[in-house]
Amino acid sequence: MKKSKDKSVRYSKSGKGISRRGFLKGAGLTTVGTVALTGGILSDVHAEERTNREVLGPDAVVISLKINGRVRSLAVEPRTTLASALRDHLGLTGTKIGCDRGACSACTVWLDGKPVNSCLTLAVEAVGKEITTIEGLGSEENLHPVQEAFIEHDASQCGFCTPAMVMTAAHFLKHNPNPDLEEVKVALRGNFCRCGTHPNVFKATIAASKKM
Amino acid sequence: MHKFSWYEAGSVEDALAKVNATVSEIVGRKPNNSSVVFKAGGVDLMDLMKEGLVNPETIVSIKSIPGLDKIEYDDKAGLRIGANATLGEIENNEIIKEKYLALHQAVAEAGTAQLRNSATLGGNLAQRTRCWYFRSIHHVCFRKGSGVCYAQHGENEFHAIINNSKCASVHASSVSTALMAFKAKVVIMDSEGKKKEVEIGDFFVHPETDEKRENILKANELITEVVIPPVTTGTKSHYIKYVARESHDWALADVAVTLEMTGGKCRRAEIVIGAAAPVPLRLDEPAKALEGHSINEKLAKKAGDIAMRNATPLAKNAYKIPVFRAIIKRAILKAV
Repeated sequence: MKKSKDKSVRYSKSGKGISRRGFLKGAGLTTVGTVALTGGILSDVHAEERTNREVLGPDAVVISLKINGRVRSLAVEPRTTLASALRDHLGLTGTKIGCDRGACSACTVWLDGKPVNSCLTLAVEAVGKEITTIEGLGSEENLHPVQEAFIEHDASQCGFCTPAMVMTAAHFLKHNPNPDLEEVKVALRGNFCRCGTHPNVFKATIAASKKM
Repeated sequence: MHKFSWYEAGSVEDALAKVNATVSEIVGRKPNNSSVVFKAGGVDLMDLMKEGLVNPETIVSIKSIPGLDKIEYDDKAGLRIGANATLGEIENNEIIKEKYLALHQAVAEAGTAQLRNSATLGGNLAQRTRCWYFRSIHHVCFRKGSGVCYAQHGENEFHAIINNSKCASVHASSVSTALMAFKAKVVIMDSEGKKKEVEIGDFFVHPETDEKRENILKANELITEVVIPPVTTGTKSHYIKYVARESHDWALADVAVTLEMTGGKCRRAEIVIGAAAPVPLRLDEPAKALEGHSINEKLAKKAGDIAMRNATPLAKNAYKIPVFRAIIKRAILKAV
């Protein structure tokens, strides 16, 4: 992703375009300062009832994300994708960025239990939601049945697509505990593998269904 | 992707009061352009932003608006789908599967399961074309106001074969192919709170009418719902999407057919094709050919042949003609 030059000074000083202050006046709020975005507002953002709506950014704001059952605080710009937040801000590099356009699904994570492309999801959008990544699915000591089956059936080659394959397969088996091969193929057709491991991925998924 | 500010709207009124531009209006504008645009699932917007085609200054999220994702069905009023309903929610709706099969099929084949969990119905209708000249920041194409359609003499294998002389892009929404066959209406609300219902065929704008937009939405308007009339018990439907890859892909050609059958005869037919022209096309003459008859292979083939009579393919996409003939015929026969 291309990084733009920092234009934050222009936003706050030149008044070019809609200033944050002007925008907020329009939103029916009276006072705001740039620093306010790191303080009180955030607690509102996290509150269940979001009554006091504010404009965030364009510079970094501190948000909290609930990832694998643990609340993590981080400073992100609104343009930061969830995939980037996980990898670059929190070191959860199990989630991969392939095409960065939602075509390969290597960035698949669960948002409120549903698989989504974290490359097309903004980190600010994931506030208040349950995020599950490959790091939260199983641990080295206690692998998820899908992870075990992937090892047993040699379902990865270079491994880049594997975490997302596992996330997609694990979600699918949760809702379809007894699938046939055709159903497994349909369920995994969004996940690309350039090494061509699909036959073993399908075998592993069927094998995992029998253990779950 | 350039920096932007972020606001989560609390209501449709709140969102409409903030927004000052449509995504189409800001295509090609440099950053710091004071634009405020909507975002729902953001599947298309994020793509346009990552390519540098669209650089909004502020994004107003409408995903946070409560109640905009309802799917309701009533035997008399028909089906109402909130603009924020995801394609995944529509795909898994049992009533839609039972009564509006072609819509279910079209939705289930749109994108990947991951995308369908984010993509909303409103966003699907408002998305921009996948034409690679339009998507390229290096091409100031017809749709960007230059008057030059690079597809005419360029790489045009995925482009339009009908109504394609000025701009050969095709509309990206395969879901709308099915919605049109069910005579859906798009409900649009404006910043004064006024609502209007627009026939989905009138929602899309042909580039010869206005090259910079693909639908009628103005900056102060938002899709709130899609309404689909009830279907009679004898209504059958089928959707076929023809793609290059079996896994998931944009349509090379797609078709939705609805047939109102009574006593073994077709009373009314709707045939709509996508990826054929810059907007989804309702085929009146081929549909008329079916009405009043019992459906057989010969008649279905005739409908497909009539449909392609006026096609004007470009150098690399004449293959679409036999594809359309085949899938139109096949969809009619499958629907019965």
